[in-house]
Amino acid sequence: MISTPVLIGSAVLLGLGTFAFRAAGPLLHARVQVSPPVQALMSMSATVLLVALAVTAAVFDGSAPGGWARVAGVTVAVLLAWRRAPFVLVVLLAAGTTAALRLLGLP
Amino acid sequence: MRAHLRDLSERLGPGTLRDILLVNLAVGIVGVSYGAITVGEGLPLWAPNLMSVVVLGGASQFLFTGIVASGGSPVAAVLAGLLVNARHLPFGFALADSVRNRPLLGSYLMIDEVVAFALVERDAERRRLVFFTCGTCLWIFWNIGSLIGGLLGNAIDNTDAFGLDTAFPAVLIALVMPALRDRRTRVVAVVGALVAVGATPFVPTGVAVLLALTALVLMPVLRTSDGPVPGRRDLPGGGAG
Repeated sequence: MISTPVLIGSAVLLGLGTFAFRAAGPLLHARVQVSPPVQALMSMSATVLLVALAVTAAVFDGSAPGGWARVAGVTVAVLLAWRRAPFVLVVLLAAGTTAALRLLGLP
Repeated sequence: MRAHLRDLSERLGPGTLRDILLVNLAVGIVGVSYGAITVGEGLPLWAPNLMSVVVLGGASQFLFTGIVASGGSPVAAVLAGLLVNARHLPFGFALADSVRNRPLLGSYLMIDEVVAFALVERDAERRRLVFFTCGTCLWIFWNIGSLIGGLLGNAIDNTDAFGLDTAFPAVLIALVMPALRDRRTRVVAVVGALVAVGATPFVPTGVAVLLALTALVLMPVLRTSDGPVPGRRDLPGGGAG
């Protein structure tokens, strides 16, 4: 397994790199005037990334399929959210659907 | 402290605070499973806690544990984690205005769920408040969860039985749905998600999600339908800023 100094170094590197990604926008923003179209593009990018993240997390475990129970649960979430169901209901019924299907033996 | 909480609840509205706490409860439980899995894979007890404090990014932390535990090189584990977290770059630009007063703390707390919660808000001041409230809660729940999980170690069985793995995508979907009512945003996001799903089996973890951005090329050919254009609601100088 990995040695202690290497483990600490790796954690710090990953942490610093992650922070750099997150901080680039806020730190550059103070210096550079971002035009409204670029701002709109960034907002759209954030939404597109979050949706892509949600859908890939719904379908996959890493790069292998994650099973139908989760896909079904997230589908329930999409339908409920589209019908403007309360947030708590969306999340609990989605997780509940997946749990119930797994109880019935679906992976 | 209690008076402070009541004040916060009043400014946020009871619904928003409740939603934030619900998400954080799920985050806390995922944190427990993260700590348990990481220690269960043979890493020292402090490892999940160190990672949770310095990285603060669930997906990249799980991936790091997975690669290191399966005998992969630390370099590969760091690079894979960075690839997964590259999506935070545009998040930073989208929310730069909201964290302007505390750019370093704000950047540190810029996590998927926090970003999604903040993007829902149209008012600049509320967006800032939601961002820092959700971010602080998430920091607490994620770190305490990781600690408890590490202490419990192998005692934790599979949390998937409760459908917790569904909670994360469900939360994101519920939060971005208001933005998806705009037809153009919806089309771009759905095409992007299809690209990501199609690419996932073939590219390293994290890259597929980034490839979703290729769908942005559709933007000029699509007209927005109902509702204002996302991101045009609180331009610098337009809101409280």
